[in-house]
Amino acid sequence: MPVLLKSKQGKNMKLHEYQSKTIFAKYGIPIPKGRVAATADEAKQIAEELGGRVVIKSQVLVGGRGKAGGVKVAKNADEAAELAQQILAMEIKGLPVRKVLVDEAAAIEHEIYFSITNDRAAKKPVMIASSAGGVDIEEVAATTPEKIIKVHIDPLLGLRDYQSRDIAASIDLPRELWRDFSRIASGLWQAYRDTDAELAEINPLVITKDNKLVALDGKMLIDDNALFRHPDLAEIRDVDEEAPAETEARRYGLSFIKLDGNIGCMVNGAGLAMTSMDIVKLFGGEPANFLDIGGGAGAEKVAAAMRIILSDPNVKAVLFNIFGGITRCDEVARGILTAMDEVKPNVPMVVRLVGTNAEEGRRLLDNANMITAETLADAAKKAVAAAKGN
Amino acid sequence: MSILINKDTRLLVQGITGNEGIFHTTQMVSYGTNVVAGVTPGKGGEWVLDGKVPVFDSVKLAVEATGANCSVIFVPARFAPDAMFEAADAGIPLIVCITEGIPVQDMMRVRNYIDQKNVRLVGPNCPGLLTPGESKVGIIPGDIAIPGNVGVVSRSGTLTYEVLYALKLVGMGASTCVGIGGDPINGTNFIDVLEMFEHDPLTEKVVLIGEIGGTDEDKAAEYIAANMTKPVVSFIAGQTAPPGKRMGHAGAIIEGSAGSAADKIKALEAAGVKVAKHPEEIPSLLK
Repeated sequence: MPVLLKSKQGKNMKLHEYQSKTIFAKYGIPIPKGRVAATADEAKQIAEELGGRVVIKSQVLVGGRGKAGGVKVAKNADEAAELAQQILAMEIKGLPVRKVLVDEAAAIEHEIYFSITNDRAAKKPVMIASSAGGVDIEEVAATTPEKIIKVHIDPLLGLRDYQSRDIAASIDLPRELWRDFSRIASGLWQAYRDTDAELAEINPLVITKDNKLVALDGKMLIDDNALFRHPDLAEIRDVDEEAPAETEARRYGLSFIKLDGNIGCMVNGAGLAMTSMDIVKLFGGEPANFLDIGGGAGAEKVAAAMRIILSDPNVKAVLFNIFGGITRCDEVARGILTAMDEVKPNVPMVVRLVGTNAEEGRRLLDNANMITAETLADAAKKAVAAAKGN
Repeated sequence: MSILINKDTRLLVQGITGNEGIFHTTQMVSYGTNVVAGVTPGKGGEWVLDGKVPVFDSVKLAVEATGANCSVIFVPARFAPDAMFEAADAGIPLIVCITEGIPVQDMMRVRNYIDQKNVRLVGPNCPGLLTPGESKVGIIPGDIAIPGNVGVVSRSGTLTYEVLYALKLVGMGASTCVGIGGDPINGTNFIDVLEMFEHDPLTEKVVLIGEIGGTDEDKAAEYIAANMTKPVVSFIAGQTAPPGKRMGHAGAIIEGSAGSAADKIKALEAAGVKVAKHPEEIPSLLK
């Protein structure tokens, strides 16, 4: 089930499986031997080095890779090359596969689910584990919630050893594996804490036939707001898999999500931006995007926002709804004028400025040939009419 | 009467010499807020606003010298957690953090620390508090609201302004407006504020402005059904927001399908709350 767009959270950076597992390994979590490949030849070479059976795993930032046919087992190096070729030609949920991870195949005895994430309701990190790991874990959570173990961690104390032991016991892990499990739990906690992750997930954590614990798959989400202290992580962000406009927006500190409608929206504040979309729809229009310029945006940021909106050929009208607080309406007006000078837009624009320095802002836009509106409803109605060519 | 702040509030501004700090301190002082001190480490001994407000190196020194009983934080996100810890340690009973973009793990540490102290945190990532005609702590433009008997509580910033302004346009005023902020981890939730409004003699009606994500509105609905005698009107933003990115399996396990606007509206309506289709409809629902 999708978690809905969250206005001021949900801004995070996804890491690929191979990137997540590299971080896990740094924290002492056992992972299979393997490397990432961009071509069939590379995949073959890695398979030769590893010897024996290997798993070829597509590296795309969406779930359900296995079910889409993006994970395959090869018996030898030649088959690895063949399967890598196939997988590298695939698209999974619209994303082209650019890399595959070639891992030695594990002899799996049992699959465990193990993760740590932020529990906003409890205001604490929560460690989640289940002896029923694997791809159907959400089904397990929905139908047999008693099989899901949750342990909250005091963020000021960190994970304590007794908590790791409690989890191991609760998922019926054989006693001889408790010590190794505690090391993995401690590594996962430290990896989560040190990288400002919002999620660090191992699914599955397997018990192999020779009775060892190995993290076969990994997923991490890093809090965008914390990237200032993780320049190394910011650098490995894969921007190939997002819309170019979203990459551009982030560069300017704008929250932008492209939608399918034809009314471009530029608003300050996420709640008001969502409301502006809601009200456009209420009056019969379709928003082309969600765009929050944030608090205190200057003219440069506003100009960038406008370029991004107008780069969408579907946009037939633009609605500016700015309620000044920490944002000053005159700054926004200057940004609009700068961008209009550059982009020379040929779509109608409806502008509503209220709040801090609104009068000055309106005065600046007096000669800009824009449609003005007093209320939010009025602005939305005018934008809907303008987009329809009325 | 009002809640949280009034004309007796003695305000301290952390980050007073920054661009936002000085701009909004000027606005707060001209509104009539009693700003007694500012704090910027390394700038102690200076004065701002033409010598009207002294600057201190630490919150502790500022409290000792001025008796400040409320602090508003304008420092950048990377320093804001430290500013909240400092204010809590100095014994400030009410801390309002305006800063947006604070890492979630930092906020979990702040919140768990503050819960051990007798301190109320409002925010972060919020517009602050406004008791019209008496005091403003934060960035809510003063001229968009008039004194009255409607208590306003909101997770949003600028959307709150829309509501205050819509009320003012029809001559309705606010007792106090509280912006609790939109971050996943914050200091004060809807129920905290609803309880205060329920007990505030001047507040006769309440407006609750929520948005998609989390379960705060659902919990507020339960509280309203069980405890509120005063009428509540609501608006929930994000009714048309598309499904967003999910947080792995863990997100589904922890949050399930909670958080949609439709679910929240349903919960609120079941609790007897009138829910507006758009913010400018709120005043007519309050009549």
